Amino acid sequence: MSYRVVTKRFLNEANTICLFEIEAPLIARHAKAGQFVIFRLDEQGERVPVSVAGYDREKGTVTVMVQAAGRTTKMLHTVEEGDVISDIVGPLGRATEMEGLKKVCVVGGGVGCAIAYPIAKEMHELGIEVTFIGGFRSADIVILKDELKEASDKLIICTDDGTYGVKGFTTNALQAEIDANINEGKPQFDRVIAIGPDIMMKFLADVTRPYGIKTIISLDPIMVDGTGMCGGCRVIVGGETKFACVDGPDFDAHQVDFDSLIKRAAFYKDEQDRDAQHICRMTGGKRSNG
Amino acid sequence: MADMSLSKHPMPEQDVEKRIHNFDEVALGYDAETAMAEAKRCLNCANPLCRTGCPVSVRIPEFIAKVAEGDFDAAYEILTSTNTLPAVCGRVCPQEKQCESKCIRGKKGESVGIGRLERFVADYHIAKNEASSYDLPALNGHKVAVVGSGPSGLTCAGDLRKMGYDVTIFEAFHKSGGVLVYGIPQFRLPKEIVQIEINNLVSMGVKIVNNAIIGKSESVDELFEDGFEAVYIASGAGLPQFLHIPGENLMGVYSANEILTRTNLMKAYRDDYDTPLKKFHNVAVVGAGNVAMDAARVAKRLGDGDVYICYRRGRDELPARKEEVEHAEEEGIEFRLLNNPVAVVGDETGKVIGIELQKMELGEPDERGRRKPVPVPDSNWVLPCDAVIIAIGTSPNPLIRSTTPGLNITPKGAIETSEEGKTSREGVFCGGDAATGSATVILAMGAGKTAAKSIDEYIRSK
Repeated sequence: MSYRVVTKRFLNEANTICLFEIEAPLIARHAKAGQFVIFRLDEQGERVPVSVAGYDREKGTVTVMVQAAGRTTKMLHTVEEGDVISDIVGPLGRATEMEGLKKVCVVGGGVGCAIAYPIAKEMHELGIEVTFIGGFRSADIVILKDELKEASDKLIICTDDGTYGVKGFTTNALQAEIDANINEGKPQFDRVIAIGPDIMMKFLADVTRPYGIKTIISLDPIMVDGTGMCGGCRVIVGGETKFACVDGPDFDAHQVDFDSLIKRAAFYKDEQDRDAQHICRMTGGKRSNG
Repeated sequence: MADMSLSKHPMPEQDVEKRIHNFDEVALGYDAETAMAEAKRCLNCANPLCRTGCPVSVRIPEFIAKVAEGDFDAAYEILTSTNTLPAVCGRVCPQEKQCESKCIRGKKGESVGIGRLERFVADYHIAKNEASSYDLPALNGHKVAVVGSGPSGLTCAGDLRKMGYDVTIFEAFHKSGGVLVYGIPQFRLPKEIVQIEINNLVSMGVKIVNNAIIGKSESVDELFEDGFEAVYIASGAGLPQFLHIPGENLMGVYSANEILTRTNLMKAYRDDYDTPLKKFHNVAVVGAGNVAMDAARVAKRLGDGDVYICYRRGRDELPARKEEVEHAEEEGIEFRLLNNPVAVVGDETGKVIGIELQKMELGEPDERGRRKPVPVPDSNWVLPCDAVIIAIGTSPNPLIRSTTPGLNITPKGAIETSEEGKTSREGVFCGGDAATGSATVILAMGAGKTAAKSIDEYIRSK
């Protein structure tokens, strides 16, 4: 069995994040917001986890939005519509909990917005009041402007350099929203969902902690199988070791040991950097054996 | 007249100096002449005890008699009448604890090399490269789903197909074979051999769906909705156990599963594969079972330093197959016996720099007769290393039990089964490590055979 790419579309001017809609009926039948899949490009490829950004149960397709970072994601960006990839498996992990929520702030950082988007969308459809804060480095990498607007009651996009939306970080924007709720006597968020770089999630957790707002983050540590087998994705939550692939990927941000998480995430950095320099410049990463 | 020499014919092996730098198979196998000579050591007992030691009741003296005659095709037929995976079993079964432990020749000298002969016969057949011809019955119109393509699932699927069932195996990984491909290293069980056994099943008409995680991609209930009349759960014991000691989440602490999967399934040892793996120098492996030996020998091949087995009990208590321990020792793996890990030590960046061990001494035997290790006071010391591999066993994966209502679960998280492999739910059967916790390939295969019989009875009686 192989899995055909039916749609490919870059999501920003800088072409750093790309959408792929892939035929995968088994996954499409069961996927929910907050879950992930693992794909493998070809026989020699790595298994790479990526969040579900959308699905079409009738068409039998699943959508992922992937940032070119390491070797495999750069190679994925060279896959075109009509091409096949050798494997995609899922849905993995637990779906994001939404039951009983009334007012939620969803925060996405960079490509994290692609993961946060389906969660915001589903919550919005369920009638939950959604404020979406999206943070990017600069205007050229902003993604999903229209989609995020539709998936939220209020959308705030901020950029580090102020080239789009509000100048500043997501932490500033979240603080401002929490303050506004207090100052204007409006109900406070009953949940904050934060997805983005580990360091951003750590600081967002610090913002919400004094107010006791339950904050859920979605983690994507190093993993191999995604079914609880390798234990590579161990994270410390509330002093206990958890496997992100089966116990997560969502965890309570106020319980997560961020220092251990950040260190573990950087474990293969040297190999990745070295590897990234070895992508063939002639083929852009496509292998000569097809 | 039987050959009355006291020792088995030695197994030709790849030279140690060479093999610690490659992943090629270590044991090279008998040639025809040696196999026939070894077969002549069998007394062909009237009451063959060896058979009682085999979980799948291989007709041992009969196939060995054919080897002695040089009729290897006939030997293969006898072998495969009860064992679907002889090339695998000949390589990885703990024969010294099973068939060979019952062999009369073992009373004085060494037993007959049953495992080596089994491997020879299977390899002879593979080398002939002939399609296996089975007298397969036509499909009987009943569909059975098998969850997992490890030894138990493959055996159950093969037996059911031979009974006429339309069998589909669902496998979570992109490659089929379960522990035979992700767990056992290439140098002990070449993946090409596993592939041939799987191709055999496929040519018999067994369907395999990869990338299908039952419990996630589809539930057991949905399999029934899709028209399967029975489901055999053989999802193994995939969940690695950890020690729960300080420092266990430092960078450089791995489960054996992670190292083995990256290496065996994802081929991290080959330059043409993308799978990353850190370069090892000195490695401490915790545990002393077959998986620990595999992990240690993989680490030796991948690294450039010393590899240690750290085990809290003594030599007599080593749970691994004898041959694995011998091979590990030959390859320079150092055994730090009676040493219990109490902490992993890291540097300021969070990387492993050593493992703290506490010396132990053997006390009174426990209820299983194993002498209990007792800590020696003030004996802690640090073994410097840059990687720690935890190989202390695995537990059944929770994905199926948590998504299948009506399954009774044992306190250890395994699916409760009867001796016939029945679970608490009608039409759902289970066997292998998913039911027992981590055990051996051959026990899992035995459970697959039993379940195939039960499933046949169940569907017939419906």
